Amino acid sequence: MDCYTANWNPLGDSAFYRKYELYSMDWDLKEELRDCLVAAAPYGGPIALLRNPWRKEKAASVRPVLDIYSASGMPLASLLEVLQNRVLDARIFHTEFGSGVAILTGAHRFTLSANVGDLKLRRMPEVPGLQSAPSCWTVLCQDRVAHILLAVGPDLYLLDHAACSAVTPPGLAPGVSSFLQMAVSFTYRHLALFTDTGYIWMGTASLKEKLCEFNCNIRAPPKQMVWCSRPRSKERAVVVAWERRLMVVGDAPESIQYKQLTIQVLLDRLVLRRLYPLAIQICEYLRLPEVQGVSRILAHWACYKVQQKDVSDEDVARAINQKLGDTPGVSYSDIAARAYGCGRTELAIKLLEYEPRSGEQVPLLLKMKRSKLALSKAIESGDTDLVFTVLLHLKNELNRGDFFMTLRNQPMALSLYRQFCKHQELETLKDLYNQDDNHQELGSFHIRASYAAEERIEGRVAALQTAADAFYKAKNEFAAKATEDQMRLLRLQRRLEDELGGQFLDLSLHDTVTTLILGGHNKRAEQLARDFRIPDKRLWWLKLTALADLEDWEELEKFSKSKKSPIGYLPFVEICMKQHNKYEAKKYASRVGPEQKVKALLLVGDVAQAADVAIEHRNEAELSLVLSHCTGATDGATADKIQRARAQAQKK
Amino acid sequence: MAAHLSYGRVNLNVLREAVRRELREFLDKCAGSKAIVWDEYLTGPFGLIAQYSLLKEHEVEKMFTLKGNRLPAADVKNIIFFVRPRLELMDIIAENVLSEDRRGPTRDFHILFVPRRSLLCEQRLKDLGVLGSFIHREEYSLDLIPFDGDLLSMESEGAFKECYLEGDQTSLYHAAKGLMTLQALYGTIPQIFGKGECARVRTGCFVVQVANMMIRMKREFTGSQNSIFPVFDNLLLLDRNVDLLTPLATQLTYEGLIDEIYGIQNSYVKLPPEKFAPKKQGDGGKDLPTEAKKLQLNSAEELYAEIRDKNFNAVGSVLSKKAKIISAAFEERHNAKTVGEIKQFVSQLPHMQAARGSLANHTSIAELIKDVTTSEDFFDKLTVEQEFMSGIDTDKVNNYIEDCIAQKHSLIKVLRLVCLQSVCNSGLKQKVLDYYKREILQTYGYEHILTLHNLEKAGLLKPQTGGRNNYPTIRKTLRLWMDDVNEQNPTDISYVYSGYAPLSVRLAQLLSRPGWRSIEEVLRILPGPHFEERQPLPTGLQKKRQPGENRVTLIFFLGGVTFAEIAALRFLSQLEDGGTEYVIATTKLMNGTSWIEALMEKPF
Repeated sequence: MDCYTANWNPLGDSAFYRKYELYSMDWDLKEELRDCLVAAAPYGGPIALLRNPWRKEKAASVRPVLDIYSASGMPLASLLEVLQNRVLDARIFHTEFGSGVAILTGAHRFTLSANVGDLKLRRMPEVPGLQSAPSCWTVLCQDRVAHILLAVGPDLYLLDHAACSAVTPPGLAPGVSSFLQMAVSFTYRHLALFTDTGYIWMGTASLKEKLCEFNCNIRAPPKQMVWCSRPRSKERAVVVAWERRLMVVGDAPESIQYKQLTIQVLLDRLVLRRLYPLAIQICEYLRLPEVQGVSRILAHWACYKVQQKDVSDEDVARAINQKLGDTPGVSYSDIAARAYGCGRTELAIKLLEYEPRSGEQVPLLLKMKRSKLALSKAIESGDTDLVFTVLLHLKNELNRGDFFMTLRNQPMALSLYRQFCKHQELETLKDLYNQDDNHQELGSFHIRASYAAEERIEGRVAALQTAADAFYKAKNEFAAKATEDQMRLLRLQRRLEDELGGQFLDLSLHDTVTTLILGGHNKRAEQLARDFRIPDKRLWWLKLTALADLEDWEELEKFSKSKKSPIGYLPFVEICMKQHNKYEAKKYASRVGPEQKVKALLLVGDVAQAADVAIEHRNEAELSLVLSHCTGATDGATADKIQRARAQAQKK
Repeated sequence: MAAHLSYGRVNLNVLREAVRRELREFLDKCAGSKAIVWDEYLTGPFGLIAQYSLLKEHEVEKMFTLKGNRLPAADVKNIIFFVRPRLELMDIIAENVLSEDRRGPTRDFHILFVPRRSLLCEQRLKDLGVLGSFIHREEYSLDLIPFDGDLLSMESEGAFKECYLEGDQTSLYHAAKGLMTLQALYGTIPQIFGKGECARVRTGCFVVQVANMMIRMKREFTGSQNSIFPVFDNLLLLDRNVDLLTPLATQLTYEGLIDEIYGIQNSYVKLPPEKFAPKKQGDGGKDLPTEAKKLQLNSAEELYAEIRDKNFNAVGSVLSKKAKIISAAFEERHNAKTVGEIKQFVSQLPHMQAARGSLANHTSIAELIKDVTTSEDFFDKLTVEQEFMSGIDTDKVNNYIEDCIAQKHSLIKVLRLVCLQSVCNSGLKQKVLDYYKREILQTYGYEHILTLHNLEKAGLLKPQTGGRNNYPTIRKTLRLWMDDVNEQNPTDISYVYSGYAPLSVRLAQLLSRPGWRSIEEVLRILPGPHFEERQPLPTGLQKKRQPGENRVTLIFFLGGVTFAEIAALRFLSQLEDGGTEYVIATTKLMNGTSWIEALMEKPF
């Protein structure tokens, strides 16, 4: 060879290219390539071939076959074409979830699938007034959601799963009556629009920002318009092509991310060809993090492994666990799901045992109708929401008896279900307590019912009777007796209302007696206190408070003399002072016992006498208390007296 | 930036920024103008994460409270529900969405579940036929909210009740998740200690459960190996059930008393306005403010940081000292002669004015508190509490409690005292217990029998079994009662209750030095097992402590913590030879009143 550069051709100023055959294709095609519809994946990926799609004369029963070859022409797969009727137009798009497809149907409606793998077509909302195909349209992907941008006359619409909204690109030149072409960049970050006025708008795909515009004065619709940019340069541009003309527009300063054939894609391709050891070697050589590297390949291997029908469930499960172990990032539930998909439920269950994430185990177990296992897995996780989910599932799946039995063996689930019933199904709650002979809780249940569910007095008393019976069964004598007392009180309050008028129902016993005294029914009050054995001390407090409220000083005095007060007489002094009746207070101060005498005298303002008592008591704390009250102008002498007494005490 | 979060050993601003970022990302997903419909309970905690300005920056134009029927009119593109995952809230949301659908132009609906998405709730929405109306259904894992530089709370009101009364451990799961988030940001915590109850639930003890869940979750997340250098040395998980006593006693620190008397909610307190009226001459007392004075309380306020954890009796002297310093600083202006001096004085003015405002506020608060603490009843109550805690007359009916009931003092106050007595006596004699219960039912109404049952279930109120009172052993071994307490210059944590050293904090203190082995016997008496668990770290992440460098312990109170306990832990952190600094986390900031209140049940 005399000149290495001889077969290189110039491309522009600084680039050169050459053409030579690297290898020949392995395929053995019967048709000419031009009779086939061909699509090649980027970066030397597989090639898809659909033969003679245009041949009309073929019998309808013979469906066209789609063949997939490797880049070197090795056959990889052969599929039947999926038929979708009345497709006017379709676009394939790529996101992190895989390849999606958007379809414009004959009825001028859009349907969309985010992943052709599971071909779940979602119908998009109607575009108002769309009678014919839009002049151009494209798929935009933002925040992992695919939208459709379409042009109808001078208007642009953005279509998502929920709504169709009109949008206007910022800074769009006026006078547009139709959009002829639109193009989205590979990263979905940029958008270019070509209008019938020969004007090109370039901006962000979010339609929030304009990058630049250009008027090329060509009004003919371009054949093609695509985004491009040079490697490592920050420029990005739009290339517009007509039959005989090519134009590059652009000057935007921001960098575009380059998507090259990443190592991930390479690994995927090796995995697809089942070259697992090679893929793992590459990962190890490149020291890829386990999650992105080895684990992922092992997971793929495992998914392949579960399809080997001739190997027993035990062996497959063991082999998989031996290889994968606790490798981070391996999802045993994904592998199990694959096993289940192949009809190997038992294997799936075995594989799920290795899955550490209960959140992943449980849904599949439910799907495989292993609800009880799902329940114990959910409980293990501590995730109560997961437990609830299984419970509601079980509740529908099992008959009531079996459901209750299952709960009985799972105390944590049982408590959760009780909580649920407390708010949602009160009757079921009662049944649950009954089943467990939980009489204490049954008692409480009926108490709640007596307040919430019953209005008539008879109903309330009956509910309380049921509660009391339950408490007896629970050997809670105290609660049973208290409940019976309450029944008695309720009946009595009803009678009081009938006979005396006024409001008695639902007052506490204490307040009932108080109300009676305030209403002047002292006899009845006495009777009630006796019947319910109100302790003497509290009854004295009660009467004292009620009579002071009434300011019935005469009755109060009579009461104070009825017998020796069990609460002493200081409370009498205090309550009179509270009602600002010093005169009455003084009457009682003299009767206060020696221990509280000083306090009582100070309360009624008799500082001098308080000092005398304190000195008599020789009590230092009392002396300083009195001293702290010596604030008036006339208290000087008293203060001196105390100081003298103190000095004397110290001498001794 | 929230300055008060970054002063401690662990910069909690990192956590705050992380949750703010998550919030912004969610808001941006819902492109266009927005209205937020709030689960009312969430507004308080959210206020600590993001002010309205942040929401506004992300096109939030309207905010509503979640209510039945129709939503108020709002001309926005998106309607976002911020809710806790509760069924009853789903019903309301469905009602909102259905009536909105009838109204006309369609909006985009979204739900943000806090702190976790719930299959149960989504199923409910599906049953109600509205699940499909939501474009984004996401979760916002706001488990632990930073309250201060050393304090995190889940603000989960029902946590204690749900765990102990209802056997619902959802909050424990959230706690474990919250700990995972912390570990993701601050590194794996190498050592976990725990003490907690082994109770009704067969699956085991709660504290152990949280630890187990953490270890489980760690296995789940192994994919993303944590390569952050660990900030925390230890995690101590403490179950509230181990120490039922402390919250029942009246807190005597400044912050504790503010909380006891006025209740601090999400770091805010509402105070009676009279004391805060602007004092201007010639005002003649007209136009007294009627609306409660709302103040935020955290360490961003210099003065508050200084006095919050002091015994209230030591606050007055600090305030008067501060007053002198500030007025001296203002006097300086007379000495400022040259232009330079005046300029310097003026540059300091804003700081001085803020200090003066802060001083005025806290002087007013201290006056309000003093009115309460100097009252005879407060003194009597405290005397009884201290008698119980030091072991005096805990086995018979107490006169003061009897009088409180007879005079119908607040039921919560009575219950706190009776429960305190019960805990300090390892349960009451049956006769005493029945007497109190009967008195309470007769005076406050029979319906409170449900509340009494709840307290018994929670172990706060119980008959003594086996006739044995363990409390004296616990008190002596752990030195829970200190006779010589120095409130002004404390030398021991017992200053926070003027004599009683909080049991929970004592346990933490003894764990750090000399270790729990010294108190094995008492640990056995206290409910629930204790345990230790190691989380292995790669060698590169193992810490070599410098001589004299303190350990950092994250102490997590499952079931709630009081301000006095927090003060005691801060006291330990500041000890020069303490060896350990604490960061405190909890399911709820609580006091005896809010605790009992949460356990009360009103059937009508």
